[in-house]
Amino acid sequence: MALLEIKNVSRRFGDFTAVDDVSFTVESGEFFTLLGPSGCGKTTLLRMIAGFDLPDSGAIVLDGVDLRDTPAEQRPIHTVFQSYALFPHMTVAQNIAFPLRMAGKADDEVRTRVREAVAQVKLDKLEQRYPHELSGGQKQRVALARGLVNRPRLLLLDEPLGALDAKLREQMQIELIRLQRGVGVTFVFVTHSQAEALALSHRIAVMNHGVIEQMDEPDKLYGFPKNRFVADFIGNVNMHEATVAATGGTLTLELGTLGRIAAPSREGVKAGTGGVFVIRPEQVSIRAAAEASPDPNQFEGVVNDFLYIGDVTTYIVDLPDGKRFEALLPNSAPGRAKFFEVGDHVRLSWKAEAGAFLDA
Amino acid sequence: MFLQDAPEGGVQYWELLVSGLGWTLAVSACAWVIALLLGSAIGTLRTTHRAWVTRVGNAWVELFRNIPLLVQMFLWYFVAPEFVPALKSWVIAADPAHAQFLSAVLCLGLFTSARIAEQVRAGIQSLPQGQRLAGMALGLREPQVYRYVLLPMAFRIIIPPLTSETMNLIKNSSIALTIGLAELTFRAREIGEYTFHFFEAFSAATLIYVAIAMAANRVMALVERRTAVPGYIAHGAK
Repeated sequence: MALLEIKNVSRRFGDFTAVDDVSFTVESGEFFTLLGPSGCGKTTLLRMIAGFDLPDSGAIVLDGVDLRDTPAEQRPIHTVFQSYALFPHMTVAQNIAFPLRMAGKADDEVRTRVREAVAQVKLDKLEQRYPHELSGGQKQRVALARGLVNRPRLLLLDEPLGALDAKLREQMQIELIRLQRGVGVTFVFVTHSQAEALALSHRIAVMNHGVIEQMDEPDKLYGFPKNRFVADFIGNVNMHEATVAATGGTLTLELGTLGRIAAPSREGVKAGTGGVFVIRPEQVSIRAAAEASPDPNQFEGVVNDFLYIGDVTTYIVDLPDGKRFEALLPNSAPGRAKFFEVGDHVRLSWKAEAGAFLDA
Repeated sequence: MFLQDAPEGGVQYWELLVSGLGWTLAVSACAWVIALLLGSAIGTLRTTHRAWVTRVGNAWVELFRNIPLLVQMFLWYFVAPEFVPALKSWVIAADPAHAQFLSAVLCLGLFTSARIAEQVRAGIQSLPQGQRLAGMALGLREPQVYRYVLLPMAFRIIIPPLTSETMNLIKNSSIALTIGLAELTFRAREIGEYTFHFFEAFSAATLIYVAIAMAANRVMALVERRTAVPGYIAHGAK
């Protein structure tokens, strides 16, 4: 049986439907992420799971029990907030001990478990500090320890890394994964950062306008987006209007005035169907125009600009009909930092299995 | 002059001032306890999400805040006993000073409670919403959220306005002279009338009021220092 079941949950605020008939399940021990842009309904959903808000219709079921009549404080669910919400008048140790003390645990047990929790989040020697004497990363660790110390069935994390700088966020991501595996508590994580979602989750539900657009494992989501929104929201993508010219083992697509390309086939599409062709920049090879490529899809173009990131460079290439493609090239060749300059003539190519044809 | 005998009862004038000071302190202290307890309770209730509770709290604050203190003093002393027969018979039988004291304490206590309620409410509402939610998420019932999470911080935040309110209460106690309570201002005026040394009498009263207010101020500052959360409030104060 799934740990958490969301069954046809809807929540409206006046005319605005924040969550629209959403259903999914979360398995015990899973790291599940709700990903989407602001206003997509992910936080509303999280608040309903926590019990801070109630659905207008549908059910939230934990361990087979409908939570409708269970107030927030009685749910075996803890929340870690983006703002940390540490209690400023309590020390680190008091903050972490607080849920245990309120649950009436004996002093000995409280001490042992606080010590364990402090060690788990690497806050040793900071137990007697107050929250305002801690850095953002340290506060986040206290919030995590406080959320986990009473061993909830479910830990909800509302953009917990949103307030940290990039370097620290990456470090905390690694610790979150380690922590979640270590304690075995089920996490439901809310974020608008696709990189964070991909790095952390077992499964991701991509939300938009109150509905789940796609729910999948990170690699499936990135590699096989089901629709235009998901393709665009997760990672970078080249996206161009296309019409199906022929079906068969591979799809033949008419890419406007650019010409025809071969693309992976898809069930249920007929010749003449309009849609978009999407392909990730890292699936587009780039080489000098004079060099030959074995790929069936290839076009010559001119480098319009490039973004040098360090480990990779993204080249922005204009094709003869004005279409613009991005191609990603790792800077892995020793002794060479960059391959092409603006104005260079290049050849873009990709395999027939790369990319996807999606509904417009 | 203060060492001269007063016309009544074989006491010296300074003793009249001391007895007035005693009444002032007694009225202020009792009223302050009432004001703090009631004010905290009503201020807290006004931040809960129950409509009727909030409405009662609002009505309380508006009622006691919108009637002039002097009028309230008269209402408690002259009008309230008319509505409660038991109270009226007690007022008639009791030492007038006791009835005056009770009226003054109730009047100042309730008047100040409305003002403290507003401060407590502001203190609670100044805390981030996450604090309440975090308390609930960690399994606290609503009264516990207030007791352990919200009020400890709210009170720390409102210590400065609470200090002003305490000092106001002490100074407002002089209004009790209008119903005949022989507190400090009453005695100062009395001495002035007996001796025609109004200047000396009121200078003495002024100095005493200033001393009490400063003492109250010091005590509150001490409380503020003792309860300060490291790195939080009073950050730039030192």
